[in-house]
Amino acid sequence: MSAAMHPPVADSNSHAHAGLHHHKESFISKYVFSQDHKMISKQFLITAIIMAVVAMIMSIIFRLQIAFPGESFAFTHFFLGDKWAPDGVLSPSMFLGLVTIHGTIMLFFVLTGGLSGTFSNLLIPLQIGARDMASGFINMLSFWFFLAASVVMLSSLFVESGPANGGWTVYPPLSVLPQAIPGSGTGMTLWLFSMVLFIAGSLMGSLNYIVTILNLRTKGMKMTRLPLTIWALLLTAIVGVLAFPVLVSAVVLLIMDRMMGTSFYLSEIHIAGEALDNMGGSPILYEHLFWFLGHPEVYIVILPAFGISSEVISTMSRKPIFGYRAMIGSLMAISFLSFIVWAHHMFITGMNPFLGAVFAFTTTLIAVPSSIKVFNYITTLWRGNIVFSPAMLFSIGMVSTFIAGGLTGIIVANAALDIQVHDTYFVVAHFHMVMGVSAIFAMLAGVYHWFPRMYGRMMNTKLGYFHFWITLVAAYGVFIPMHYVGLSGPRRYYEYTEFPMFQGAFMDLNVIITVFAAIGGAAQLIFLYNFFRSIWYGQKAVQNPWNSNTLEWTAPVEHLHGNWPGPLPVVHRWPYDYSKPGKPDDFVPQTVPLEDGEEES
Amino acid sequence: MTTLLILTVLVLGLLVVLRLSRVADLTRELRGLREERITERENRISGRLMWAFGAIYLILFTWMPIHFHEVFLPPAASTQGVLIDQLYDINWVVLGIVFFGTNIALFWFAGKYYHRDGKRAYWYPHNDKLEMIWTIVPTIVLVAGIIYGIIVWNRITAPVAPGTMQVEMYSKQFDWTFRYPGKDGKLGATDFRLITSDNPLGIVTRKSLSDRLATLKQESAQATADREAQAATLPTSSLEDRDADIAHINRMIERLMGLQKLMEDDIKANGANSAYMHGADDKVTKEFHLPVDTDVELLMRSQDVIHSAYLPHMRAQMNTVPGMTTRMHLKPTITTDSMRVMTNNPEFDYILMCNKVCGISHYNMQAPLTVEAAGAFKVWNIMLPVFEKAGSPAPAATAEATPAEGTEETSGTN
Repeated sequence: MSAAMHPPVADSNSHAHAGLHHHKESFISKYVFSQDHKMISKQFLITAIIMAVVAMIMSIIFRLQIAFPGESFAFTHFFLGDKWAPDGVLSPSMFLGLVTIHGTIMLFFVLTGGLSGTFSNLLIPLQIGARDMASGFINMLSFWFFLAASVVMLSSLFVESGPANGGWTVYPPLSVLPQAIPGSGTGMTLWLFSMVLFIAGSLMGSLNYIVTILNLRTKGMKMTRLPLTIWALLLTAIVGVLAFPVLVSAVVLLIMDRMMGTSFYLSEIHIAGEALDNMGGSPILYEHLFWFLGHPEVYIVILPAFGISSEVISTMSRKPIFGYRAMIGSLMAISFLSFIVWAHHMFITGMNPFLGAVFAFTTTLIAVPSSIKVFNYITTLWRGNIVFSPAMLFSIGMVSTFIAGGLTGIIVANAALDIQVHDTYFVVAHFHMVMGVSAIFAMLAGVYHWFPRMYGRMMNTKLGYFHFWITLVAAYGVFIPMHYVGLSGPRRYYEYTEFPMFQGAFMDLNVIITVFAAIGGAAQLIFLYNFFRSIWYGQKAVQNPWNSNTLEWTAPVEHLHGNWPGPLPVVHRWPYDYSKPGKPDDFVPQTVPLEDGEEES
Repeated sequence: MTTLLILTVLVLGLLVVLRLSRVADLTRELRGLREERITERENRISGRLMWAFGAIYLILFTWMPIHFHEVFLPPAASTQGVLIDQLYDINWVVLGIVFFGTNIALFWFAGKYYHRDGKRAYWYPHNDKLEMIWTIVPTIVLVAGIIYGIIVWNRITAPVAPGTMQVEMYSKQFDWTFRYPGKDGKLGATDFRLITSDNPLGIVTRKSLSDRLATLKQESAQATADREAQAATLPTSSLEDRDADIAHINRMIERLMGLQKLMEDDIKANGANSAYMHGADDKVTKEFHLPVDTDVELLMRSQDVIHSAYLPHMRAQMNTVPGMTTRMHLKPTITTDSMRVMTNNPEFDYILMCNKVCGISHYNMQAPLTVEAAGAFKVWNIMLPVFEKAGSPAPAATAEATPAEGTEETSGTN
């Protein structure tokens, strides 16, 4: 281990904070321009919740159109008005716009910004025993860039030519040429601008997370004593730092093609009755650059989900996580492999078939660490003493959906099989299951689990139960049928009415999907109600409601700047001493020293 | 007004719910219940629900493909499709076993080991042997699976035998055009600057190139004259626009003249074997026919944006990318007529559709594919008009064609 890996001396980072607790904060410095990681975490969470609501409403609107093409819906009309939904029927242009922005918001703003932003900020300092992030100011900036990106993205919904609507991957030439699709006008400009802001914010956040984890661990917090959440968030941040800049380069070249007449991605195009001057570029270059981020991006989404569910499953099973080191090893293996699999998104783009074979092989390998994780989760449950808190339910749900989505990943990783299902609803079902639903479940698990840590109050458990079961049933109701639809069904189709082969059972399944999507959407109202109500009216939390071992529960319920009132806690053991034989309680916090002769696990 | 009423009702309803849940909270507190204290009864219910859900989930998962079997595609209608279907079958079996195994374990354990007061969980932090097993076994299975997959992939994407029939699939917003070679069996060269309504694929022949050059020169002269005539009256910005337009046309002329030189050099070097000599007898059509049991190489180009040629019944798909030619080859094994009998559906047609979002009407960019016996295909093909004899090119352009190339049309037909 390098010097940086050595645990820093306790209180090395307590510097000026100890004496500052009493200073009075103004509303602005406490809630708006806050540099406190706990407040920034809440800012990320609330922003992500708002974005998620927007993206979910979008999905229900376009699902209505897919299942009931051409029918009028007051719901659609209410949100889109006469321009985009004349007579309550969604317009084809806005259909594609909603599909595009739904994907963009969910992937980047909810599952990247929301998931990693919220929990990195909340958990990193609290679980490693630090007063705050390495740089509170850059941390604040990372949120403000994220918020600015969110606002720009939402504002693109209101421009006259509509939002970007060439799909969330914004492949050129479609995304370059406003002649090709109206959304590639101002909407696309705003989309690109928003992404640049988003990435800038994400990089600031990630660098901060990495530095904090490596340098600000409290005394005794060796890397091998870190909770898996922190390991997952560390690797997420590293993957983000390495991958996101490549997306910036892809986006910048796209902007140049759009605005400065360059031809990075354009060649031999004849559109709207005119041959363009651009020569020599290649859209395939964009695809490579895009997916060099795009694939690690899905691990940026799922790694924090692994971290959260590992922590919750271990705590609520009252059992140590099975194979702690294997869990870390598989996180590392996934992070590494995530960089050498990107071209599996491009098997049928005209890329050299030899490359296809190589990438099919590396992609399949990623299933090995993933399956280790699943087996370890299941073994952790085995002979546990499972407390079904809402967070635990969502974590088990996450493992289940990850199995369902991960297995179809083996299908789409196989280049020959991908030929049939590429760009169909099968892929949509696959990635919604494996990183959409799984990551959202983990995010919800995290919210239920750490809500007392965030707001000092408890969320209502009963409502949590209803929320979980309805959401689980709805998630499967949406995405299992979607696999069957996808074995022949191309995606991003406004309607299938002109295809005899897409009638009958195909449409029946689509109706089922849409009905469950609406149920699932409605179930989130339970969550929103529970969440916002509990912030003000929830039952006051005790310090360690889940009898957990990790450091965040040793800090007082009342938030203080600097987290711990006195000296920082000192760590003596790993975080998973649950039900350790010979101990009176079924949990031993990390701050409890080893007894004489006690072996560290 | 109605909206306002609905909103008021919703807000009031929310307030009522808020109040009611406050009452529920207070009674809960009075009875000494706390949110984080989850009782054994509650845990048992959750555990039972895990069992119930797991069972219903797996039952419905099995029932759904049986009940909705109509959604599945009929048997693969190409040789590569048969290979892919076999690969699918093996994968479904292996994945099915893993799917059922892991889900049963997950929901079974979750339901069985719910929290009992006074009981302790089993201390089991790791087991190296077990972890070794479930690292090595999946690795072997996965590697075996992917090697089989790669073998199939390599067979599907292997280069075609020389002399394989070539057909071009050409995509643009929002339809497909097809090009079949003429008697010479070869497709001619193309250039996107030659695209006009008479030459939708931009086929390059001496005639099409010189016609196009003549038209462009005329356009350029016309545009320049217009600009001069209106120079005094038009505002600067629109004059600049016109200058840009003229420059654009002149650039095209310049590049096409470069192409003309390239073409002449190539014809000089290769004679009748030059790609520029193959275009005249090409056949351009909106109909898509393929002969059964014949290997066909499909060459794909795109005019504007990326599209994707998706033939689900053939288990075939390839993107069409502007600026490059993508290719796949295919051997259809079942004619449309046989498939109509097999599926018991007289309306059945193989469908080619676009599967990469390409614009507003992406959802309707389709063309039926007719697979027929070699004889019938030949008859259909012979009836197609030949490129250079078919369309009568714009007469004005021909009249003013440059004397050097316009007259000596020898065409590749022999």
